Amino acid sequence: MIIVMRIYLDHNATTPVAPEVAEIMATALRTAFGNPSSVHHHGQQAKTALDEARTAVARLLGAGPTDVVFTSGGSEADNLAIRGAAEALAGTGRRHLVASGIEHEAVLHTLKALSKQDWTVTLVGVNASGVITPERLATALTDETALVSVMHVNNEIGTIQPIAELARLAHARGALFHTDAVQSVGKLPVDVSALDVDLLSLSGHKFNGPKGIGALWVRRGIRLQSQLTGGKQERNRRAGTENVPAIIGLGAAVQLVIDKGTAEANRVATLRDRLESGILSSVIGTMVNGDPARRVANTSNISFDGVEAESLLIALDLDGIAVSTGSACSSGSLEPSHVLRAMGCSPHRTQNSIRFSLGLGNTSGEIDHVVSMLPGIVNRLRTLTGRGRRPSAAVGG
Amino acid sequence: MRVVVAMSGGVDSSVAAAQLVNEGHDVIGLSMQLYDQQAGERQFGGCCSLEDLHDARRTAATLGIPHYILNFERQFDDAVVSTFVREYAAGRTPIPCVQCNGELKFTHLLDRAAAFGADCVATGHYARLDRTIPGRTILRRGLDPMKDQSYFLFTLTQAQLAKAHFPVGHLHKAEVRARAQAYGLAVADKPDSQELCFVADGNTARFVEERMPAVAQAGSIRDLGGRQVGSHDGVHHFTVGQRRRLGLSTSVPLYILEIDAAANTLTVGPRAALERTRLTASNVNWIAGYSPASSRLITARIRHRNPDAPATVKPLPDDRVAVTFDEPQCAVAPGQAVVFYDDDTVLGGGWID
Repeated sequence: MIIVMRIYLDHNATTPVAPEVAEIMATALRTAFGNPSSVHHHGQQAKTALDEARTAVARLLGAGPTDVVFTSGGSEADNLAIRGAAEALAGTGRRHLVASGIEHEAVLHTLKALSKQDWTVTLVGVNASGVITPERLATALTDETALVSVMHVNNEIGTIQPIAELARLAHARGALFHTDAVQSVGKLPVDVSALDVDLLSLSGHKFNGPKGIGALWVRRGIRLQSQLTGGKQERNRRAGTENVPAIIGLGAAVQLVIDKGTAEANRVATLRDRLESGILSSVIGTMVNGDPARRVANTSNISFDGVEAESLLIALDLDGIAVSTGSACSSGSLEPSHVLRAMGCSPHRTQNSIRFSLGLGNTSGEIDHVVSMLPGIVNRLRTLTGRGRRPSAAVGG
Repeated sequence: MRVVVAMSGGVDSSVAAAQLVNEGHDVIGLSMQLYDQQAGERQFGGCCSLEDLHDARRTAATLGIPHYILNFERQFDDAVVSTFVREYAAGRTPIPCVQCNGELKFTHLLDRAAAFGADCVATGHYARLDRTIPGRTILRRGLDPMKDQSYFLFTLTQAQLAKAHFPVGHLHKAEVRARAQAYGLAVADKPDSQELCFVADGNTARFVEERMPAVAQAGSIRDLGGRQVGSHDGVHHFTVGQRRRLGLSTSVPLYILEIDAAANTLTVGPRAALERTRLTASNVNWIAGYSPASSRLITARIRHRNPDAPATVKPLPDDRVAVTFDEPQCAVAPGQAVVFYDDDTVLGGGWID
């Protein structure tokens, strides 16, 4: 099969490493091999590189550099934030944890694990646009609440949560507030003071950095129980020799966001709107999921009436167009998206939904190509996959 | 031509895919996820374990073709597993592979193939398709008599056969393995799969019981004279011709002759009493597109592993047939298929009453 043009519209799953980042990392792999804990020249060289990356991350977040802990990625950062804070607070009698129902599995499954120990967990529902309203959160909070975790931006629908308002509510009850900002860094300004959070997770590969590296920002003075025991790296909060080349890559990707983030977000917003209006006008039976007014610039989640999302994804891939059905982590499971379900979407709609997420490298030519291909593909699927099925059978994956 | 290959991760479908790639077709590999392989700690044998999906993906990568896993859990449950459980509960001996071929591979997968712009679905079945007569597809046995799978394909319609492709049906298994080696496929030496892919560790009775607890009900075992000679713990443990698990100590070995699920009773007797020269079958599919007008001499096979035997088949109303064998057949099990052949050609088949 010859595919003329491959178009990548799945940047919420992962992004290509920016050429500048790749170059810096390649150099780092060759030259900065030292162990940052070593006293000698090589160690010092690596330690300096680490400090520079840490400073870049802190600058991006409007924070101090000593409060950044490097982790293996967003999931580890979420685990460290939730388990680390909960365990450190265990002695205070605060044994209640709160999160939204549309969190990433890294948060939801961590809470599930803690609920089997001595913690109680409350998941807060969202409204039809996928927003956690302050009113909803308020009813979930108690004086025993240790920590609230709400993602800044949802990975499937791109909805931006009112983090500052939610954090203030949590603080008023004496609880800590964590936000998983994996999907917002690089798409929105992320300032820990403005957001008023205590803990914030980010992941390098979501904004053109390498995989396997992320960070947890921890407000000064907050105690965290280390989840990895060993050496004293990361100020005793994350043992293990630092992943120096990846951390250098993360720092470079963060620098790109600082330098070009706003301009790139504006560019992508124009493309996303072009894609969305193109699809809505050329394919009948389509509908946008989420909150069009409070959404990151790159994401569009669209339901295609009467089309199995799984088939549409494959058909598009066979034509060189990469998209996803909800989050990449849950692909292959028959479970309808927990996010769309939490928003009250019908089972049909949850299984007819495709996520387009744009980013570095996408062009208006690509978007026009996708818009021109979609009506034909969708019509073919509507005609051919409904044959001889009971109505309910059209739902499945 | 664009072709979908149903890739199980085994050597046969892997070589089927390789052959098609080699012939220059535009090949798409699809694997079916048929049940939740990660649920519980059960060990699945058979054709669709996580390891098999991994093997299918690896083969596709070796061949440079796209590969996708389709979630058919619900369809598989509806068409295959439910029927399987219901049949055992009714005292019959089902063959789920037949429904898996007819309902999954050549209905749902075929639909998807069409949606992806493919003209046909290829599988690794050991069976051959003869298209020399225009507008008609004749199903023939696989060339390797030890591996022939035509028995499992008898329910297919002409419309389904027209879009089927069996690239290894004309090969012997040894040749398939040799080709896998030559194509550089990692699955070349992979052992053949089990037949019941979805039943954990082969414990069919436990599987049926979990799905339908009511079936585990004690009943009586009677001899041919109607005398009670023992008891059993549910008809789903048994099949006609079975000797194992009866718990009877008698001077002559006793076999199950009949399973009456309604009365929850097994009838047992000596081996000679298992022999039958006559059977009837229902839902007969004349796969070549025509049924015999009157009695016809054919050969018939009453289970996958049996050789076929000369018989006369006589059409009855309502898609039923009466089959009379020249020689008595041992252990004719209701729920199994009887498949009719004329030499290498599959004429059709039906479900034994």
